[in-house]
Amino acid sequence: MTLLSDRDQDQLQDQAPEVRRNTATLRSEDVLTAIGAAVAAVCLTALIFYWIAPFSGALGFVVVAFVAFLALYAVLLWLDGDGPSVRDRLVSAIVHGLAALLLVALVFVVSFTLIKGFSALVHPNFFTEDLSVTGPLAPLTEGGGLHALVGTLEQIGLALLITIPVGLLCALFLSELRGPFPRLVRTVVEAMTALPSIVAGLFIYATVLLIFGFEPSGFAASLAISVMMLPIMIRAADVVLRLVPGHLKEASFALGASRWRTAWTVVLPTARPGLATAIILATARGIGETSPVLLTAGYTKALNTDAFHDPQVSLPLATFMLIKSPEPNVVARGYGTAALLMVLVLLLFVIARLVGGRGPQELTPRQRRARARASARDFARFQRREASAPVTTPAGEEIP
Amino acid sequence: MTTVIIEQRRRLRPSGGPDRVYRVVLRLAGAGVLLLMTLVGAFLFDKAADALGIAGWSFLTTEKWEPDSGNFGIAAVLTGTVLIAGVAIGIAVPLAIGMALYVSEYAPRGLRPALIGLVDLMAAVPSVVYGLWGFAFLQGHVIGLARWLATYLSWIPFFKVTGSDPRDPLATETVYTSSTFIAGMVVAMMIAPVICSIMREAFSQAPIGEREGAFALGATRWGMIRSVVLPFGRGGMIGGTMLGLGRALGETIAVYLIISPVFSIQPHILQNGANSVSALIALRYGEAGPVALSALMAAGVALFLMTLVVNFGAGIIVARSRSGAESEA
Repeated sequence: MTLLSDRDQDQLQDQAPEVRRNTATLRSEDVLTAIGAAVAAVCLTALIFYWIAPFSGALGFVVVAFVAFLALYAVLLWLDGDGPSVRDRLVSAIVHGLAALLLVALVFVVSFTLIKGFSALVHPNFFTEDLSVTGPLAPLTEGGGLHALVGTLEQIGLALLITIPVGLLCALFLSELRGPFPRLVRTVVEAMTALPSIVAGLFIYATVLLIFGFEPSGFAASLAISVMMLPIMIRAADVVLRLVPGHLKEASFALGASRWRTAWTVVLPTARPGLATAIILATARGIGETSPVLLTAGYTKALNTDAFHDPQVSLPLATFMLIKSPEPNVVARGYGTAALLMVLVLLLFVIARLVGGRGPQELTPRQRRARARASARDFARFQRREASAPVTTPAGEEIP
Repeated sequence: MTTVIIEQRRRLRPSGGPDRVYRVVLRLAGAGVLLLMTLVGAFLFDKAADALGIAGWSFLTTEKWEPDSGNFGIAAVLTGTVLIAGVAIGIAVPLAIGMALYVSEYAPRGLRPALIGLVDLMAAVPSVVYGLWGFAFLQGHVIGLARWLATYLSWIPFFKVTGSDPRDPLATETVYTSSTFIAGMVVAMMIAPVICSIMREAFSQAPIGEREGAFALGATRWGMIRSVVLPFGRGGMIGGTMLGLGRALGETIAVYLIISPVFSIQPHILQNGANSVSALIALRYGEAGPVALSALMAAGVALFLMTLVVNFGAGIIVARSRSGAESEA
């Protein structure tokens, strides 16, 4: 601790009260420079487009305007800045421009389908009827996409029935055991994530349909989806399982738990949100795949709830088939099935976020209350035991 | 005198009963997956060998696809696949780098989780939705751009379009439709979120200490990005690009909806007519006899080998880079 002498204290009082300094990185000149450059760029581009050169088109206008903006902005910055600061602002402008372009493009792609599909989705019959008796010229108040929705749900359900147990066990195998065998399996699984989905479809087409003589059906499609989904799920789950902290497992072993107990009570619960995310994201990939289904499921306009016999159509396949029609109403139904598919994926994605959004140590309020109750029960148990039998040290002395 | 107890080394044995069952079950699952995967691979290679026996080495150099007369090869479709993927990567990578840098470095902190979620959601959107957009919207609206490129950049061999006179306002515009360029643009939209999400992950793992060190030495934000974030995320950038390339090579439906297939090497990316291996399979599987089917398998195996090399390359680069160094602890 330092004591100030009288003189120091006098000096301090003489000084004016310190003004709070502005630490913001954005100055008002910067904003004005950017606005000025933008206005100049738009005017210059308009001049080029409408008076000087024979250019046209909205996209071209935006691109030329952006390039002009960058050039003008650089000149304006050069007036009161040095090299590094000019470069910094320019890169910042370019990054913002690229990000905005990609974001706008992606949002446009997605909303294009949703908006176009809206005209078919507003009619409730879209969810209750199939297309078996609906002609190509029928209005949107007849027919619907029920057959495709049912097909998608059955096919992805069957595929999950195969992939979840096998995939999770295999991921556990990869993360729990050491040696050359798991390494080999991991390499092969990683290789198979590169399998193009159409080739997976071709494999099932050539084996299940042509060699074993099954007819095109939802089951064959779910097999093709499984072949494609399995490596993706195993790899994602393996990554999640390897992120389980080693000290948790070691603590479990130190308490005398067996490997099986440790996996069941420590590894899997810790990794549960991540595993759920892995499963759900693999499901989202599987649900939207068109090409394996195209080769294996056949195509029908009628509702078919039996996945093992007769062709069964799914949402992406129905979209693919309907969209090629010249009739506007059929095309509108195609947009409707695509929008429905996207809503399904969105739903899966939101569930994945809710389940996997928090880390292994963070708890929901409900889980926290459950932990508190368990802790209170343990405390009561300890107190009861203390009351019934006095605790002693190894030497036999009673603890007061 | 004190007795020194020499502790005997205890043998660590796997505990009995349930544990042994557990190991056996795990090994069975691993062996089952291995069996299934090798079965798929072996079957494809076996069938492909039949077709290769007929076509021989000319499989790699023939452009035509007439399997029933024994005259078929992947020269045209493989070139088409690579060109489409090349266009897609060329468009998607700059956009993805910009987006990834924006999300990890420039975006306001409160906006970041929403942007991350949005990009990840875009990566999960089914490819048929992108194909739909390309088929119904882009096909009609990109002609102006293609025409502009063909008019002013036709001195670049790739941008040449034969059979059209750009100076003639009444010339037909169909030569610009169904081209490699449009298919590449759609695939670019599809893979950009995938690439972006991997790059963002790599960028955001750049150590905070080194970032602050750069700022403390007086670096601007771009100076910090160039000297800390980009070198640190280089592995993620290359790996993400290659994973995107793998997805682009295997994409079927979006490409199938847009192109009009040609069976000759078509290096003019703006011109009508393109092809890809996966579109070929989707187009011809139904009418295929045994020979034609094994020929399609051979084409599929060629595609698989290509994506395999790309994916493994990506895996090795990502694993070697510093990006993964902290998460392995």
